Amino acid sequence: MSASLAAAPPQGTAAEIARSVRAGERSAREVLDAHLAGVEATEGEVHAFNLVLADEARAAADALDVRIAAGEDPGPLAGVPVALKDNLCTRGIPTTCSSKILAGWRPPYDATVVQLLAGAGAVTIGKTNLDEFAMGSSTENSAFGPTRNPHDPTRVPGGSSGGSAAAVAAGFAPISLGSDTGGSIRQPAALCGVVGLKPTYGLVSRYGLIAFASSLDQIGPFATTVADAALVLDVIAGHDPHDSTSIPEPVPSYSATLDRGVEGLRIGLITELMGEGIAPDVAARVREAAAALEAAGATVGEASVPAARLGLSAYYLIAPAEASSNLARYDGVRYGLRVDAPTTGEMMTATRTAGFGAEVKRRIMLGTYALSAGYYDAYYGKALKVRTLIIRDFAAAYEHFDLLLSPTSPTTAFALGDKTADPLSMYLNDVCTIPTNLSGDAAISVPFGTGDDGLPVGVQLLAPALGEVAMLRAAAVVEAAAPRNAEVRA
Amino acid sequence: MSPPLVITSPTTGTDWELVIGLEVHAELATVTKMFSGAPNVFGGEPNTNIDPVTLGLPGSLPVVNRRAVELGIRVGLALHCSVRRSTFARKNYFYPDMPKDYQISQFDEPLNVDGWLELPDGTRAGIERAHLEEDTGKSSHQGGDGRIHGAESSLVDYNRAGVPLIEIVGRPDLHSPEDARAYVSELRSILVAIGASDGKMEEGSMRVDANVSVRPVGDGELGTRCEVKNVNSLRSLVRAIDYEARRQVDVIEAGDRVHQETRHWDEEAGRTRAGRSKEGAEDYRYFLEPDLVVLDPSPEWVAEIAADLPVLPAARRARLAAAAGVTPGEVALAVERKLDDLALATIELGAEPARVLNHVEHNLAVDGAAGLDPAQFAALVGLELDGSLTATQAKQVLAEMVTSGSSPAAIARAHGFEAMDTSALEGIVDAVIAGNEADWAEFVAGDDKKRGKLTGFFVGQVMKESKGQADGKAVTALLNQRRDGA
Amino acid sequence: MAAMSERITRDDVAHVATLAKLALSDAELDEFTEQLAAVLDHAADVEALDVADVAPTAHPYPLSNVLRADELGPTLDRDEVLAQAPAVADGRFSVPAILGEEP
Repeated sequence: MSASLAAAPPQGTAAEIARSVRAGERSAREVLDAHLAGVEATEGEVHAFNLVLADEARAAADALDVRIAAGEDPGPLAGVPVALKDNLCTRGIPTTCSSKILAGWRPPYDATVVQLLAGAGAVTIGKTNLDEFAMGSSTENSAFGPTRNPHDPTRVPGGSSGGSAAAVAAGFAPISLGSDTGGSIRQPAALCGVVGLKPTYGLVSRYGLIAFASSLDQIGPFATTVADAALVLDVIAGHDPHDSTSIPEPVPSYSATLDRGVEGLRIGLITELMGEGIAPDVAARVREAAAALEAAGATVGEASVPAARLGLSAYYLIAPAEASSNLARYDGVRYGLRVDAPTTGEMMTATRTAGFGAEVKRRIMLGTYALSAGYYDAYYGKALKVRTLIIRDFAAAYEHFDLLLSPTSPTTAFALGDKTADPLSMYLNDVCTIPTNLSGDAAISVPFGTGDDGLPVGVQLLAPALGEVAMLRAAAVVEAAAPRNAEVRA
Repeated sequence: MSPPLVITSPTTGTDWELVIGLEVHAELATVTKMFSGAPNVFGGEPNTNIDPVTLGLPGSLPVVNRRAVELGIRVGLALHCSVRRSTFARKNYFYPDMPKDYQISQFDEPLNVDGWLELPDGTRAGIERAHLEEDTGKSSHQGGDGRIHGAESSLVDYNRAGVPLIEIVGRPDLHSPEDARAYVSELRSILVAIGASDGKMEEGSMRVDANVSVRPVGDGELGTRCEVKNVNSLRSLVRAIDYEARRQVDVIEAGDRVHQETRHWDEEAGRTRAGRSKEGAEDYRYFLEPDLVVLDPSPEWVAEIAADLPVLPAARRARLAAAAGVTPGEVALAVERKLDDLALATIELGAEPARVLNHVEHNLAVDGAAGLDPAQFAALVGLELDGSLTATQAKQVLAEMVTSGSSPAAIARAHGFEAMDTSALEGIVDAVIAGNEADWAEFVAGDDKKRGKLTGFFVGQVMKESKGQADGKAVTALLNQRRDGA
Repeated sequence: MAAMSERITRDDVAHVATLAKLALSDAELDEFTEQLAAVLDHAADVEALDVADVAPTAHPYPLSNVLRADELGPTLDRDEVLAQAPAVADGRFSVPAILGEEP
């Protein structure tokens, strides 16, 4: 295994940074500079970022320090560097989705979550790499080159939010934001040995998240600790009138009762996700996590979610269908790449052909086919019904259990280039994560030891819609029980 | 409905009838756009009424405008539709004036279904559905003659993109260009009366597409239809439908078949032309809009909207017709001019309906007429009836009543209008007869046609001599009396 | 059980690419046909299901009647927007000749 570039963030957790910056013990600027030094040292190898915002971040940190000196409290993430997946709109700052078709595009507005983070005092340190338009499970589909797993640079960090996961794992920032449509936060979190959370669909505003699959996309945090993930969720969760799918209910505090433990909680280990296709060492870690939960006072049983097996097929019809429509706007007319041609039709075709990578094209065509006349009922229409079955099976499971448990990823990080020749083999990485995107429920990946190869393993906790509070408590218990080993530095 | 148009082929003698179904798109009169808070205004510098949602910028999301829904429901209720639980869908196609390259519309589950429109003559045309959707931007073509064919490039303005539209789909119940005109005119009156749209075809806030097909008279099957677009006025609508129907008859009689296609009306050339882009129907790949949620107006909300609906044109016609003792068709113009309330009130005060309606139609097409006091109006009609004012004088007095607000008696006095007394009038008539012996001889001896012409001559002369104070009808009666030897 | 090539043909892929405004080389057409067929083959378990009496779920969290007041919001600065446009003239987005009218 290659030399690890994994490192803890140099100034501690987000919670520690915010506390000390608010208390005047450290300046936002010194915190930032320490992180930028780390970026300078190893970003060349990791390639977590599409864009490092050193100047902008320094200016923001300096401005924060002025406000603090004046007695203001910038908020719960005061001075905390945060990396943003490059599919989140940042006003005036290039937002590319790691695609040639949006290279250099500067949005004229900020995503809601970006505004919320800034309002909490966070400092954006850079835009992170992703699989193009969030389509992929390894970040190898980026038009700007892959990101490498800090634990082993010959391995993938997972995807599509590989850059955001790697940024935290490499210590470039204590927290980052990613997006999760089929597992794109949780799977890279597992492969990179960090915490990754996908909130309930509708809990976090999608306004300003460049859409992949609208009924599946959710924004969520990466962090080194469950407590930090809860802290970020406290900032970004809540109703947004700009997003019609945003849940209107008021949100609880996710941090406040984090240490309450799991006494009396019923946790179900998902049978269908512990058998064929799951690496034995990964399954072993999940069982150890289950044992830890039991030791902490939960009861653990076997849960069955039969329709979970259909998740992959339904997902690879629904997601591409929505994506094929969401990506139609990239036509060279208003922004982004334009390849000139004598007619508009030819210009659009030439632009899209040159601007999109192979995986994006594949999914656009798959989605177009699934929606086309004559095939709608057989493919897309049916997939929406499978979704109903999945929701029903989860609902049935949640009558007997408060939370569910499974692996996050079937294997530890695979080597770069391992699965690029066969798209289907790549899709199979998402078998554990996809069902919760279809159901819209919450899920989190918590690092729990390593595989036989010494690479990180993540275990997944699943909760019913709006069940993040209990889920985070259980995640904290799992985290506390996680084995320490040479690769994981506190 | 008007009598159906029948086209008789000169070659085969076959009688053909036409079947017309109209699709009307009307821009809703909201302050902001369908899915965002950008301004909904006509005109303005290009690309100034835009926001991220209007441009479909990556990451932008739609949020439905409550007022657009309210107006949409108003339209549905005014057209006697059922207001339903509805959903939004994406209609996917590439075109530069479409910021997202899909349009958010309603497909499987529209807001309003199964209604009807009452034409001024009292007959009904079916309405299949009326649903909400967003408008596109506008492209103007550079080079060439400004039309799309032969243009070198185009410039796109997204000010109009996202404006709320209601699409009203009529059933193929119309059978003549006149029906189509009446339908559109009535629909427009309704939309304006309920405040849903300003219905200006010339500004594009109301657009009409006509689905036209022909079939032999008596044939139950529908022929292949063509959709005629680019009709910008009622007059064009009539011309375009007439042309297209005849074109289709010619095609079929020549042994060919009508291709289902979109055809564009060319106003200058007076013909329709096939659109260039078609090879078979577009596959719009409709699917439920995942960024929006179900629209399920509560019965309470719908009832509130229904209660606030103003009296609609059909009801106004019925009401005035009943009071005047005439058919609804005969009061259509009064209602269209928004003078029916005035006419009704005046008639209810006892004024003679025929004269009231006559004034409304011929003498009150002016600003401020609706503000006329019905009592004064009734008084004026009374003065006419008792002979105190001639028709010509009454017209003049009425015009002044509108501008000054004074009473008819006061105005008549000010002008020195008094009806001529009979003997004075007879005197002038006899003098004119005496001064035009040859013409009088012809008048006495001539046929109806001749007499008609000469009546005009003599009345004119009498008017001149009396300085306009004579009453035309009275003069004519006297002339006839004299001719008959009285 | 339908063979992969029956699930989606080269012609299907070519048609779909045109609908999606993507130009594919012959080699790409072959490669994509094979890959898409494999994915759809995997999705055969969905296609084969009898779900006639199951209602489709379009949205995971059931919301309804999300409406906003008809009030003006902020607009974009035209210059900022046009600065990002590939081609501009007279305050508008310039595109090459548009063949074919709007559907």
